[in-house]
Amino acid sequence: MLEIKCPYCGRRSQNEFSYGGDATVKRPKLNKDISDGEWDEFIYYRKNPRGIHLELWHHTSGCRQWFKVKRDTSTHEIVKTFMIEEESQ
Amino acid sequence: MTNAQIFRTQEGGKIDREEKISFIFNGKKYYGYKGDTLASALLANGIHLIGRSFKYHRPRGIIAAGVEDANGKVQLSRNNISEPNVNITEVELVEGLSFKSQNCWPSVTFDIWAINNFLNRFFPAGFYYKTFMWPKSFWYNVYEPIIRKAAGMGTASLKPDPDRYEHRYEHCDILVVGSGPSGISSALAAAKNGARVILAEDKPRFGGSLQIDEVTIGNKNGNEWVDEAIAELKSMPNVIIRNRSQVFGYYDHNMLVMFERCKDHVNNSEAFTPRERLWYIRAQEVVLSTGSIERPLVFANNDRPGIMLSSSAREYLKIYGVFVGKKPIIFTNNDSAYETAIEYKNNGIDVLIIDTRNNSDSGIVNETKKLGIKIKFAHAIANTSGYKKVKSVTIGKLNKEKNAYTKLEEVKCDSVFVSGNWTPTVHLASQSGNKLNYDTNTDSFLPSISRQDETVIGSANGSMTLKESLKEGFEVGYKLSKKITKGNIQTTIPLSDEKQLGDHDKFWCMPLPTNKNYKRFVDFQNDVAVSDIQLAVQEGFRSIEHVKRYTTLGMATDQGKTSNLNGLQLVSDIEKKIVPEVGHTTFRPPYTSVTIGTIIGREVGKNYKATRKSPMHTWHEKNKAVFVDAGLWLRPRYYKQNNEDLFEASKREALNVRNNVGICDVTSLGKIEIKGKDSAEFLNRIYTNAFLKLPIGKARYGVMLREDGIVFDDGTTTRISENHYHMTTTTAQAANVLSHLEYYIQVVWPELDVVVVSVTEQWAAAAIAGPKSRLLLSKIFPSEEVSNESFPFMGYKEFKFKETTARVFRISFSGELAYEINVESDFGLQMWEEILNLGEEFKIQPYGTEALSTLRIEMGHIAGSEIDGRTIARDLSLESLLSEKKDFVGKRSLNRKAFTDNNREKIVGLVPIDKKTNIPEGSHLVLDKNASLPNPKLGHVSASCWSVEYNNPFSLAIVKNGHNKLGEKLYAVSPLKNVSVAVEVVSQHYVDPEGKRVRS
Ligand SMILES: [Zn+2]
Repeated sequence: MLEIKCPYCGRRSQNEFSYGGDATVKRPKLNKDISDGEWDEFIYYRKNPRGIHLELWHHTSGCRQWFKVKRDTSTHEIVKTFMIEEESQ
Repeated sequence: MTNAQIFRTQEGGKIDREEKISFIFNGKKYYGYKGDTLASALLANGIHLIGRSFKYHRPRGIIAAGVEDANGKVQLSRNNISEPNVNITEVELVEGLSFKSQNCWPSVTFDIWAINNFLNRFFPAGFYYKTFMWPKSFWYNVYEPIIRKAAGMGTASLKPDPDRYEHRYEHCDILVVGSGPSGISSALAAAKNGARVILAEDKPRFGGSLQIDEVTIGNKNGNEWVDEAIAELKSMPNVIIRNRSQVFGYYDHNMLVMFERCKDHVNNSEAFTPRERLWYIRAQEVVLSTGSIERPLVFANNDRPGIMLSSSAREYLKIYGVFVGKKPIIFTNNDSAYETAIEYKNNGIDVLIIDTRNNSDSGIVNETKKLGIKIKFAHAIANTSGYKKVKSVTIGKLNKEKNAYTKLEEVKCDSVFVSGNWTPTVHLASQSGNKLNYDTNTDSFLPSISRQDETVIGSANGSMTLKESLKEGFEVGYKLSKKITKGNIQTTIPLSDEKQLGDHDKFWCMPLPTNKNYKRFVDFQNDVAVSDIQLAVQEGFRSIEHVKRYTTLGMATDQGKTSNLNGLQLVSDIEKKIVPEVGHTTFRPPYTSVTIGTIIGREVGKNYKATRKSPMHTWHEKNKAVFVDAGLWLRPRYYKQNNEDLFEASKREALNVRNNVGICDVTSLGKIEIKGKDSAEFLNRIYTNAFLKLPIGKARYGVMLREDGIVFDDGTTTRISENHYHMTTTTAQAANVLSHLEYYIQVVWPELDVVVVSVTEQWAAAAIAGPKSRLLLSKIFPSEEVSNESFPFMGYKEFKFKETTARVFRISFSGELAYEINVESDFGLQMWEEILNLGEEFKIQPYGTEALSTLRIEMGHIAGSEIDGRTIARDLSLESLLSEKKDFVGKRSLNRKAFTDNNREKIVGLVPIDKKTNIPEGSHLVLDKNASLPNPKLGHVSASCWSVEYNNPFSLAIVKNGHNKLGEKLYAVSPLKNVSVAVEVVSQHYVDPEGKRVRS
């Protein structure tokens, strides 16, 4: 069970959180004319990197904030966590 | 029977000879002492034969004194509770225990299946794969029952587990696993330097090897040092110290899991004492001082009862005061077995040492010689005899190549103590991700680089002397604690003295005598012999992972604790490789067997999940509600009157809504408050239909999609004031809808000024539905104007109720004139009772979820069974809610080819042609019920009811091209129920298709 540092609440066990997928995926702007291909990319296509992955987590059994987690998918090491509005470097 | 513990020493050991305890083994009564394990008590009575082996049903006895024992599994009864596969080396003796051998029939001394031993050519490596391959149909009826019966381990009880199990969560700076010399010293050093320490020991007694080795630490003997150190640790407030506690799993981010035995060793435990407690420990640093396990030697017929690991024989003598034998032979390839020889000699027992080495000149060997103990160097045991217990061994002088014997002689004995040197216990380190390296000094795998914050010390790290272990322990304890506490209190390492041991012989598998094919066992629990491994390699299995699975080597519940390295050594010898090239198999949790009850803890029965109840729950209970689970909620399914069943009651309740007025508890519907100046804009993006211009005081039905275009949820949202909305969701999706809204507010459109919060539990809600509901409403709120004009359909009002304000919505799920009244939860029961009192003159009746379903189905309203994660809005006839004028979540997906296909499934109604037969939910719809298989499926039945309006069955279904099939005849077939019903396709809106009633 991972230990995740919520940027608002601090370190908590994984069972307080839900996973929200790739955080680098940006929803296309509303009313924007985009191709089927672009939309498909947004809906279905995700990278599955071995190594560093920036992902969204939701502190569902806590402060209910979504935030970003930089995690190594092969070791589960969490490099850093960020608030949504923070630059994730 | 008398207390005939004839193998008990006159004195000594850590047992309490004042407290005699009886037990029953295979129907006979014996005695042991407090402090015994079942194994030591049996050995004290001279009993070695415990059970029969897994495959060949060979007689087997105890080979070890701890968790590594591979044979001592019994069926144990305690307070009329029977538990299979119990390890007798781990169960402490208390009054009232009765246990028996497993895997034997009719008895352990005469076992019919032992014929397998003589038919062993039929049981080679991979025999399951070879023998039971085909025909496939034989698996279920012939092979599986045979294998199960023959394999015949213990029998699991079918009764509920009466014991209580608990879970505990703990955090610490440093978790120390194992209380041997390195473990205790690291815990001491760390705790004295201010760290919060947990020290866990799986055995009842602390000290590990210090309990049985003759050593001194700081002028005290090992045992005294342990007692003082443990007492000191216990006195420290920053230390949690637990014996009988096995850390069995090492997971990510330094989460370790441990079980603690709390009850089974106590004679009269207090009420509510859990049997076992599962600890989830999150540690900043982990110190693994897990010690090492003695490795057996592999020789012909090495599995007879009475043949045991030499350190275990010493443990039985020193801790339990038990002679494993009175005429033992010690068989070794190293010096550590000499400690056992000296211990037995000092207790007046003559021993003979068989040593595979050509010579040894170490301190301990010379000490042994001085005691007059006979040693035969360059010898090995070539064979053993004795059926139920070893009687004699054949000793052979090894030739120079050690692949044959030059001379054989038979020697009588009653036990053999074996030592093939030590295998560091690296399971937890490996689970943590530590890559193991093969070490040629110890001939074993040792931890190398830690992946997590773990440090392996002591003999688990290959540090085989006491001096090294203490040094590592104190240094690591200080270093790690300093990192955490920044403290600088360093404990001095005490001087120590121990016996000097020399090198071991790199030789484990003894040759067979010429022209003999005796079995030489590597894995006792799974009955894997040298010949099996040879055969597997000969048949082309090269990867050690494949050899393991093919032969089942190391795959029993002991996880190969005594067999892994011998197996690896053997494979590398056959393949003429070195062990590191062969590699090792993967260690996985749990390190040892864990009771399922412990893993589950208190989450059993009604505690399996949380239960949510509405404020009116007590009223429902008093009024004969029969409840149903709706997610976590308990909702009344129907209210039973007299001898009614579900069908009759729900029909009565639904009919009363159609004719008079009913009241339904709808508290469980999700309720979300939405505030902020961009709320309207936000809702307009989330819902498929327009929300920008929703007037204050009005509710609107809305549908939400997922981004992939599939319908996500539906419900009504009401504008309470300019920037304040009240959203309702389905009971099932309430939590997901909240997360969905939060995602868009926080992640996608953070520029919007909107906040959402769940208020489901803040409001108690009752729906009053039926033609008389307006009359009733005017009674509940006599001073308010409730006419159709002033309070129209989809209207919203705030009315004074007692000393609070009720939120009243004119919305309907039943298709009747209806209102939903919400009050703060504390007023819920009062409101409910008041409505029922006032409604008496209108013949009000409460209705449950079953009637609710009936009402919505015959009206053609969709619910969770139609919003099933596969349907889009058009499938559900909701296309009028798809706004053309604005963008919304999921809209871009709707022009996908598959979604615009005219042949898509559409929602329709179904009526059985005979107007009588119920249509089972989940039935498939086909054109021809007798068509050859596979019969093309046209759709499925999503929800069924008995229409109270028409007094015949009615169903909703989702059917391919359904809107063009109205009037057609189809068959609803349910192979599970062996039913097929001829049905006519009709409109989904069976009752009041124009929706007049809700607006009346
Ligand atoms: Zn948080």
